[in-house]
Amino acid sequence: MTKPSDLMQGTLDMLILKILALEPLNGWGISQRLKQISSEVLGVSDGSLYPALQKLELRGWVKSEWKASGNNRRAKYYSLTRLGRKQLEKETENWNRVSAAISGIVQLKEA
Amino acid sequence: MIFGGWFPNLRLRLHFLFRGKRVDQEMKEELQEHLDRQIQENVAQGMTPEQARRSAVIALGGITQTEQQCRDARVGNGIRDFFQDLRYGFRQLRRSPGFSALAVLCLTLGIGANAAVFSWVEGILFRPYPLVAHQDRLFAIAGLVPGKRIDGLSWPDFLDLRRNCTLCDDAFVTSPTSSTLNVGDRAEITIGSIVSANYFDALGVHPVLGRGFQAGEDVGSNSHPVVVISHQMWRNRFKSDPEIVGKTQRLNNVPHTIIGVAPEGFYGTFVGRAIQFWVPASMQEVFRGGGYVLENRGAHWIESYVLLKPGVSRAQAQQQISAIATQLQTSYPATNRQRGIGIWPLWQTPFNQARLVGPALEVMVVVVAFVLLIACANVGNLLLVRSFARRHEMSVRLAIGATRKRLLKQLLTEGLILSALGAAGGFFIAFLCRYLLGTLHYDGTTLYLPGTIDGRVMAISAGICLLVTLIVGLVPALQARHLDLAGSMKAESGTVVGARSRGWIRSGLVVFQVCLSFILLVGAALLLESLERVRNTSPGFSTSNVVATAVSLVASGYDEPRARTFQNELIDRLRALPGVESAAFGTNTPLGYRGYSSTPIAVDGYQTSPTEQPEVDYNQVSESYFTTLGIPLFSGREFLRSDDQNAPLVAIVNRTMVERYWRGQDPTGLRLQVKGRSARVVGVVADSKYESMAETPRPFFYVPLRQDFDREPDLYIRTSQSPQSTLAAVLREVHALDSNLALYEMITLQEQVNRAAGPQLVAVTLVSTLGGLALLLAAVGLYGVMSYSVAQSTRELGLRMALGADAANLLRLVLSRGLRLTTGGILFGLIAALVLTRLLGQLLYRVSPHDPMVFASALAVMTLIAITACLLPARRASRTDPARVLRD
Repeated sequence: MTKPSDLMQGTLDMLILKILALEPLNGWGISQRLKQISSEVLGVSDGSLYPALQKLELRGWVKSEWKASGNNRRAKYYSLTRLGRKQLEKETENWNRVSAAISGIVQLKEA
Repeated sequence: MIFGGWFPNLRLRLHFLFRGKRVDQEMKEELQEHLDRQIQENVAQGMTPEQARRSAVIALGGITQTEQQCRDARVGNGIRDFFQDLRYGFRQLRRSPGFSALAVLCLTLGIGANAAVFSWVEGILFRPYPLVAHQDRLFAIAGLVPGKRIDGLSWPDFLDLRRNCTLCDDAFVTSPTSSTLNVGDRAEITIGSIVSANYFDALGVHPVLGRGFQAGEDVGSNSHPVVVISHQMWRNRFKSDPEIVGKTQRLNNVPHTIIGVAPEGFYGTFVGRAIQFWVPASMQEVFRGGGYVLENRGAHWIESYVLLKPGVSRAQAQQQISAIATQLQTSYPATNRQRGIGIWPLWQTPFNQARLVGPALEVMVVVVAFVLLIACANVGNLLLVRSFARRHEMSVRLAIGATRKRLLKQLLTEGLILSALGAAGGFFIAFLCRYLLGTLHYDGTTLYLPGTIDGRVMAISAGICLLVTLIVGLVPALQARHLDLAGSMKAESGTVVGARSRGWIRSGLVVFQVCLSFILLVGAALLLESLERVRNTSPGFSTSNVVATAVSLVASGYDEPRARTFQNELIDRLRALPGVESAAFGTNTPLGYRGYSSTPIAVDGYQTSPTEQPEVDYNQVSESYFTTLGIPLFSGREFLRSDDQNAPLVAIVNRTMVERYWRGQDPTGLRLQVKGRSARVVGVVADSKYESMAETPRPFFYVPLRQDFDREPDLYIRTSQSPQSTLAAVLREVHALDSNLALYEMITLQEQVNRAAGPQLVAVTLVSTLGGLALLLAAVGLYGVMSYSVAQSTRELGLRMALGADAANLLRLVLSRGLRLTTGGILFGLIAALVLTRLLGQLLYRVSPHDPMVFASALAVMTLIAITACLLPARRASRTDPARVLRD
């Protein structure tokens, strides 16, 4: 069981929101997309994805609905809400600020 | 944002909470879908189906674990957990019924005692008058005479007060009285109230039939014979006659028009009695002796209340009222010299029965808090013992992933179950006990002292319940904090008697319990001791073989000449009865409810300072009064039948008055100025108790009843017959003279003295009952801790025995540990008791709150109880079988 660290947790939320901002997906689709974009660097386990989705749904940032998914099965599709979109904007902005600051610090030359 | 954030989610949350099964199902489906896709993919990449499945499950981090994480992520879990804990808690309680019953019983007693006392405080002191609006702004008003004594107000003073008090919304008069009601051939005495015309309006009480009094109906002499009757009287006496208004009822032989019926549940404004009728002040002559007093500033007969304006404090009101009193002093020096006016909150009302039960209730509030704490400590102890037994369970729960927070929640929930059950039981107790105080109060008559169980009592009880939950739940939680997984998963290791680790909470609780019960023990012992002293103090008159009663002459409409004739005839008849040694009349019975009249006096040769106005209480008594009451005559003579209205004025003074005003010289034959008239002192009598058993000797004198007439004096009979046969004989003689007359209650003077000790008796009964209860709880606590620690340390005890300790050694070991705890508790208790017993203040009589004898006996009792509680476990310890213990 890899449990994401606190930093990761916040990041994971943001990543999910970002992915869903592109198109509504089911859990499987999100996990595949995550692997693609983070190229395994972030090491997000599939196990932490579903609880995270549940939390986002509770906060009202994403909503879910059951849709048919080929071969006679149905799947739960998640999509971004208006609130979620706002949150994503906020977090992206926040992220940019923080990462800019951090990379500024990291790149300081030792005197 | 909040709505946007909450409304869709609220639905979702509720969905999660109530459709848990379906949500779970959907989640499983979703995860399964994920798994299937992963397996497909893995197979596509060339894994065997087994490998593919295994790898997919690993990637998901375990199906069950992920499912659980998803469940944890859902909100609404708190509530679900709570219900789960609740179910689990109940199951736990059912599994050990003995423990549960004991714990709930302890809490029921603790919470019940508190709820009952709060319901009394609420019903008797804070909101004593059902249906009356704004009781929080209602304050009692009474006159203050030098020496901090309480007196009534006069009617003109009251009117001035009402007119000039700008901080008051209203002020009204209520003065208790009684009347004979003739029902068929039976005359019965009913309690009523003489009130000002604004009475019902000021209280915000509206008669259900007819009307209340109108302005002006309290003016004049016998000008408005109208009456409002209680709902109870209307129902019982008049069979709920809907046409009652306008009908006439004779009260004290004067026809009164019934103008209204008070609403059901309104009992007037006299703590301790349910008032049955109300008449306006203009009718006071009919109901009181002493003539027309509405224009007499010297007649202090009024009990009154003010309704302060919202936001006005008592201190502000007192300031203004004192200013009014000072003004009255200057304007009317003859009657108002040195007379103040005081204002009291309802719960300190200086008249009526609140004055009697108030101090006892104040002490009770503290006492029941102690009992509750002791009960909590006991239940905490029980839970601790059990949490020790549940160590294994807790460790397993921690090991399989429960957080400590979750364990704490569960322990608190279990505490909540216990305290909620206790609170329910306690409420039931309070409900059963709501009339207890009225019946407990030592008084031959029934007092109406109901507890009120209202929102505030409920709130207090609920608060107590929560507090108990916290205390009771946190104690084992404290213990659980020390749980170390590895240690407790291993087999139980034996501990040592008195081992420090883990035992300190329990020991602390025992010390605490012993401490609190010691304080209660000291309190109860002090009260018992002072009751004993009150009982043993001579009131200064003989209490055996003397009965007191009164004949309803005023109530039956006798005027002065008729009353004089009647009194003469009756006393002659009574003296002729077999067994009767003597009989006499007196206006006021010593230690009675009615206060004495007081009057300014002057004595030849006694210099008064300019500010001093000697004022002394007196009583009007007939011939043979001192013989009948057994008050010794030191010099001179008693009053004679010839000391009547045509003879020169005479007076008899008491010993203290002789000391004060004649410097100890026998004043017989000298002059005493009473109310500006000169009387000759004809005798000196011993001091006795006049208003309370606790008073110090004070100047007092007597004047002949025939020279200062009272139509309705009390009657005293010294007889060798029993009170029952005397009652029958007196009634016969009274009815032989006038069959319309009724006799007031007949009591022995011993009963009169007992009634004066009433507050002490109530306090003693309640405090010693609760003290006993607390002692029992503490003993159970001590016993529990000792037997538990013996049970826990059998291995050590067995070892000691194997190494040569004998039974006596072990007995001593356990006993000494128990006594160490007790000693600690007593030490703390001693210190606390020295500070706290001062609270008993007014209830103590001639006993110092630090009386060494009382403390010593409390110490002895506590030690005895402690030894008893430890003895059983100690004996068990001494019977430890070393062979068996070492084998196990």
